[in-house]
Amino acid sequence: MNSNVSEAIALLPPNEPVHLLDPDGTYHEDPEHPLDLDEAQLRELYRLMVVTRKVDREAINLQRQGQLGVYASCMGQEAAQVASAYALKTEDWIFPSYRELGAALVRNVDAVGLLQLYRGTWLSDHNPYEHNFALMAIPIGTQALHATGFAMGARFDDNPLVSMVYFGDGGTSEGDPHEAMTFAGVFKSPVVFFVQNNQYAISVPLDRQTAAPTLAHKAIGYGIPGYRCDGNDVLATYAVTRRAVERARSGEGPAFIEALTYRMEAHTTSDDPTRYRTQEELDEAAKTDPIARMRNFLTQRDLYDDALENEIEQQAKDTATTVRAGIYDAPHGDPMELFDHVYVDPTGYFEGQRELLAAELEGGDA
Amino acid sequence: MATTMGQAINAALMDAMEADPKVLMFGEDVGQLGGVFRVTDGLQAKFGDKRCFDTPLAESGIMGTAIGLAMYGWRPIAEMQFDGFSYPAFEQIVSHLAKMPNRSRGTVKLPVTVRIPYGGGIGAVEHHSESPEAYWAHTAGLKVMTPGTPEDGYSMMREAIRSDDPVIFLEPKRRYWMKSDADLPIETEPAHKAVVRREGTDVTLIAYGPMVRTAMETAEAAEDEGISVEVLDLRSLSPLDTPTMIECLKRTGRAIVIHEAAMTLGMGAEVATRLQERAFYHLEAPVLRVTGFDTPYPPAKLEEFWLPDVDRILDAIERSLSY
Repeated sequence: MNSNVSEAIALLPPNEPVHLLDPDGTYHEDPEHPLDLDEAQLRELYRLMVVTRKVDREAINLQRQGQLGVYASCMGQEAAQVASAYALKTEDWIFPSYRELGAALVRNVDAVGLLQLYRGTWLSDHNPYEHNFALMAIPIGTQALHATGFAMGARFDDNPLVSMVYFGDGGTSEGDPHEAMTFAGVFKSPVVFFVQNNQYAISVPLDRQTAAPTLAHKAIGYGIPGYRCDGNDVLATYAVTRRAVERARSGEGPAFIEALTYRMEAHTTSDDPTRYRTQEELDEAAKTDPIARMRNFLTQRDLYDDALENEIEQQAKDTATTVRAGIYDAPHGDPMELFDHVYVDPTGYFEGQRELLAAELEGGDA
Repeated sequence: MATTMGQAINAALMDAMEADPKVLMFGEDVGQLGGVFRVTDGLQAKFGDKRCFDTPLAESGIMGTAIGLAMYGWRPIAEMQFDGFSYPAFEQIVSHLAKMPNRSRGTVKLPVTVRIPYGGGIGAVEHHSESPEAYWAHTAGLKVMTPGTPEDGYSMMREAIRSDDPVIFLEPKRRYWMKSDADLPIETEPAHKAVVRREGTDVTLIAYGPMVRTAMETAEAAEDEGISVEVLDLRSLSPLDTPTMIECLKRTGRAIVIHEAAMTLGMGAEVATRLQERAFYHLEAPVLRVTGFDTPYPPAKLEEFWLPDVDRILDAIERSLSY
């Protein structure tokens, strides 16, 4: 066989996505993906998913009450986000889209700060360098290039960090992720392209995004291995991501992961999903819920009891309450701040405009 | 020994990379080849292929990775090989390069220099002679500079690379071969200051980039006809040096803005508006514009009919003086 062909075959995704946990919690051993998590870590993954769902629900409520302008829920995708972010080291960087609350909470990014974008008080309110968590990116897929450039930069600097970028099935149709994979392949950059295939780009289903056999097949055109995992299986997602991340860290180059999941909520709070999907479909998807599955697994392993449940529930509730209070108390933006961060050196800009706004704020004549 | 603008910019890149090990230069054909105009000649040989390197042929990729590299702490200089090929990078420039520092409340700095050879006059094939400056100047968060002399080619490039703000650095490609006897390194005025290139009392020609030399030639021709023409080189298109423009207007009372870019919503519209808003009573005549036509850039054999030249500017001077 032509060696180029055999190289390409080696990059192909497996026929079936990696799957370790059944919905009833039954665990399947996989020698290629050993369970290298201790009991505390298993509980921690579960805790992070529960807290994510609670805060996510709180954000939807806050939007309903007029406290947020809009919100993009990650319900149903908790395992995909939490497990993948958890597979990174803290020095690794995360480049999110706008739906990555779960990944953000793994990094201890303050949800109140994150939600400023949706509240409309500012465009973000966390320092990316404190959490190694970039600003949310709304233009689809564009952040894939930032993650790749960052990874190139780390490699130029002999810094063994990895960057991971999140985008969705819709994002794989945009140009930037493809240019990012081209660059990452050529420069052998330590970047992991983590695609949450949640089946929909707003209303448009996967079969309108691609004719590829799977999204993971796209990667091989760039010389990048494509992996697939059951994205509602927190253990499978962790194992697959961990392997890709450490492979990248060791200098073997980028990887692409397609995590199969399902967006249980609307695209955003402005969307009406009843126009494009059925209740039956939702009911079917609910059976693969990532949180229930992990709870079943923990229960079977005697790692879950009422005390733990109460503790985690209480913590999730407290976090949601803190977020709620934080959003209610968040000051509206200071209009004069509009001019403050546009340029490091603003010499020559905003002639008269700053003064005009200041005068308007004072109620005087401009 | 005479230095061309292309050589001056090359020297600036060389000196900036020597001065700051965080400076990277990358783009299409900038490494081994030294750039299609040889502006990056010798950089890879001197600094190695980690600091000056060729990229895949993908402008959005070049721009987006430049942003990531800057976030990491590098000081990237990204080349868009030609004006007409900067458009694939438009989204990365407008949605991220220009906005991210503001979105982050200043915690993210993007000290990226985007080099773009621009403008016509070299008989190039389609898409190689565009003047996209108004797109960039219209975008808050970007600084836009364009040198009109070799001295500024050196000094403004050094300033752009030092800048902690993103800079679109527009290189007037037809002036790459324009010569100067000045010794490098040289430090000229800060880029945000417009500079009077030639003093005059009857009318002010306001130009930038490739049209500075055309304006100077026009001023000489006008002198033969007994007209004293002042030439103002804007140098920076964002920010615009309004105070200096007004000082000029106060001296001559007449202003004509010249650019290669099409007229409608070009830099001339902005300059004319600022002058009438802030110096209305100093105007002896309407601010006139001499620009490319509101048509796509023409094929090479027709560009001489499209580009503003000395004759067209002299006609405008005559119109201005007739008020």
